[in-house]
Amino acid sequence: MKKKQAPPGGDGKKNMLWGLFGSFLKIGALTFGGGYAMIALLEEEFVGKKKWMDREEFLDMVAIAESTPGPIAINAATYIGYSNAGVWGALVATAAVCIPSFLVIYCISLYFDRFLTIPWVARAFSGIRVCVVYLIASAGLKMLRGMKKTGRNLTLMIGVMVTMLVFSLTAVRFSTAYYILICGTVGIVGETLRNMRGGRAA
Amino acid sequence: MIYPELFLDFLMVGALSFGGGFGMISLIRDAVLSHGWLTEAELMSFIAVAESTPGPIAVNMATFVGASQAGALGAFLATLGVVLPAFLIILLIASVLKNLMKYRLTNAFLSGVRPCVVGMILATALTMGLSTLLSYSGGRGPIVPDGRAIGLFAVLWAVRSGWIKWKNSAPPLILMILLSALLGMLLWSA
Repeated sequence: MKKKQAPPGGDGKKNMLWGLFGSFLKIGALTFGGGYAMIALLEEEFVGKKKWMDREEFLDMVAIAESTPGPIAINAATYIGYSNAGVWGALVATAAVCIPSFLVIYCISLYFDRFLTIPWVARAFSGIRVCVVYLIASAGLKMLRGMKKTGRNLTLMIGVMVTMLVFSLTAVRFSTAYYILICGTVGIVGETLRNMRGGRAA
Repeated sequence: MIYPELFLDFLMVGALSFGGGFGMISLIRDAVLSHGWLTEAELMSFIAVAESTPGPIAVNMATFVGASQAGALGAFLATLGVVLPAFLIILLIASVLKNLMKYRLTNAFLSGVRPCVVGMILATALTMGLSTLLSYSGGRGPIVPDGRAIGLFAVLWAVRSGWIKWKNSAPPLILMILLSALLGMLLWSA
């Protein structure tokens, strides 16, 4: 199935939309631990069971989801929804993947403050907060291992890390957004310089 | 006005978070702390809840922050904000810009963003570590090491090392959260 058929009209299209809604509702309700856990489930559902896309197309989609901003689950839902049923498909799939989270978290938010005032819960959360430090540190180290250790990458990484740490300890206000925009610009400038040098050499 | 602030701040988180999962924690932390929406301790408690409930972490965080500040409508606007950039960008890529990912400039931009995200996550871990383990959050106030927190952190790290030796992968997140909840109840009971 290299080329997608045009989305069917009438009942066929309605069935497709319901199918997307059901699949993504299930995926939104059953994936724990964020994006990467979801990718395995998506593959099983759409490549394995429903055969709406082949493996190659699926891997392309994952590559796009990883290199565009935003939650990977949302990127994937929008992409799969659109490629199977156009803009409505994208809308239905994206809404469906958010609905379980939204309902569960909204209910939790109503009681969370009171829940934390129960003594044994408060004690448990003293431990859990330590675990969050551990989780973020270990996620950071894992990404550090996967990063290409070129001079430029290490400079950017250490530069961002030290600046952020110093600013946050000295309460200097500097939006996190700037780090991303500055580093992205460094990437673009570096590439442009390389091209110019390459052009002159050739 | 709280509603536009929630929507716009989470729109920015949605537009600038790369690398999934923990990539956006630094951005969300910046947004909620700078507005005083949550304290660091509340934020960290909720990160654990967002990790242990189903669904994308960013959506969970947005819904919670929105609901805690401005009820159901706040939750809806924050969630819409965090989802919208991803939705629009993917629609563009899937419909007209099929080759966006093949453009040199896109890849050049991403090549600079990747190390940045690693640095941001490590800095966030260090800042949270200093405040949780040493009660240190900047100039004001002395460093007060919390023996129980440091001990628990050491236990978690030892479990991780052991698990990696045994199974060649990091231990499941939910197991570590449950373990620290249990040890938290024991250690902080005195």
